[in-house]
Amino acid sequence: MRHDHLISAAQLSRSDVEAVLDRAGEIADDLAAYRDSRPGLVLGLCFFEPSTRTKMSFDAAAKRLGGSTIDMGSVESSSVTKGESLADTVRVIEGYADALVLRHPSEGAAKLASDFVDVPLINAGDGAGQHPSQTLLDLYTIREENGLDDLTVGIMGDLKYGRTVHSLAAALANFEVSQHFISPESLRLPRSVRFDLHEAGAQVREHTELEPVLSELDVLYVTRIQRERFPDESEYRAVAGEYQIDADTLAAGRDDLTVMHPLPRVDEIAPDVDETDHARYFQQAHNGVPVRMALLEMLLENHGGIS
Amino acid sequence: MSDHQLRVSKIRNGTVIDHIAAGQALNVLAILGIDGSEGYGLSIAMNVSSGRLGRKDILKIEDRELSQSEVDVLSLIAPEATINIVRDFEVIEKNRVERPDRVSGLLSCPNHNCITNADEPVETAFEVISDGVRCNYCGTIIHEDIADHLAVE
Repeated sequence: MRHDHLISAAQLSRSDVEAVLDRAGEIADDLAAYRDSRPGLVLGLCFFEPSTRTKMSFDAAAKRLGGSTIDMGSVESSSVTKGESLADTVRVIEGYADALVLRHPSEGAAKLASDFVDVPLINAGDGAGQHPSQTLLDLYTIREENGLDDLTVGIMGDLKYGRTVHSLAAALANFEVSQHFISPESLRLPRSVRFDLHEAGAQVREHTELEPVLSELDVLYVTRIQRERFPDESEYRAVAGEYQIDADTLAAGRDDLTVMHPLPRVDEIAPDVDETDHARYFQQAHNGVPVRMALLEMLLENHGGIS
Repeated sequence: MSDHQLRVSKIRNGTVIDHIAAGQALNVLAILGIDGSEGYGLSIAMNVSSGRLGRKDILKIEDRELSQSEVDVLSLIAPEATINIVRDFEVIEKNRVERPDRVSGLLSCPNHNCITNADEPVETAFEVISDGVRCNYCGTIIHEDIADHLAVE
């Protein structure tokens, strides 16, 4: 991988993805061997939005590599409340850290921040934009279960505002994957994502219901339909129930269907799915640590190592 | 003498922008930052007949020539426009506009949640794509009515 920053999944080629996943696999196979591979690493965690899994797995990844993290803390306790710009905030923190991880509520925030820093910067979610490190762990999970070619993947839920969806769709376009997008009309993929998929020559179909396509799927990637996005509660109620799955729903799917979710879930996957052979969402979250270890190592290698 | 020659007289020095899509002349003036207070002699013809476009607008601006960045944005809202530079009543240069690869600082992003709409020290940048322009930061595509997003005052 020859990038200074990871801003968007669209910047990742097939070989980039495979290189990260291969390294992540080596790390996962022998976690202890990497315990001190990056002694002295200081990773700056800049989270302008709440996060549990992404923040903690980057924290764990840095520490498992022998490094440490510094954390700007909540927005409320930072200089952001004094009106400091994002550009200034990251320019200051890059002086304290060897690499930065940024989550921000605005689309394009990571791109902007990367224009102002020299240390590697990873986009850990920018509004409804992109979440490329999540995508790498999603792909790692899919590869473990199904491989990454000759696949049929269904992505269901909030496709309009779902940053994990936007990143995953872009990355899957590198592989022989037929992508099926299932959502209410009001939450279809944004024009920009559809444009990129078209330009990439991806095989794409859009649906408003899961049932007609479920039996074709190797992977079903479920995201939360975000109630807060709907202007009217009744509009939300009209569609939300259509996009909930339980063990009975999955009976119409293939026996080897893999069900994933970036988490947190609310009610779109019933608890009875957890006990089926389909559920992979907790393993998916656990995969975040070796994948982010690999990502950090490779970005730092590109950058000539840590100071 | 043709109909629009009667309406719009020749200028001694300046720029004639012809073949502007009908109804876009005032947006072109907005791009150029011209509101009449600058003192340029200005002629505007709107919705005149055109063999090529059916209807078109024409602008004649005395003592003013265009910068490349102005031409770049002009190309997005008036892709058929021709720009004639006039000196001493003669057209000394006649150019079709060309779509640039990128425009910077001239459009605002329609995505209110784009970081370029926050108070950050950057100017907007848009990649010109086949069916519009695309924000370099958030990826939002402006497909139509590009003139509605002009960042010029």
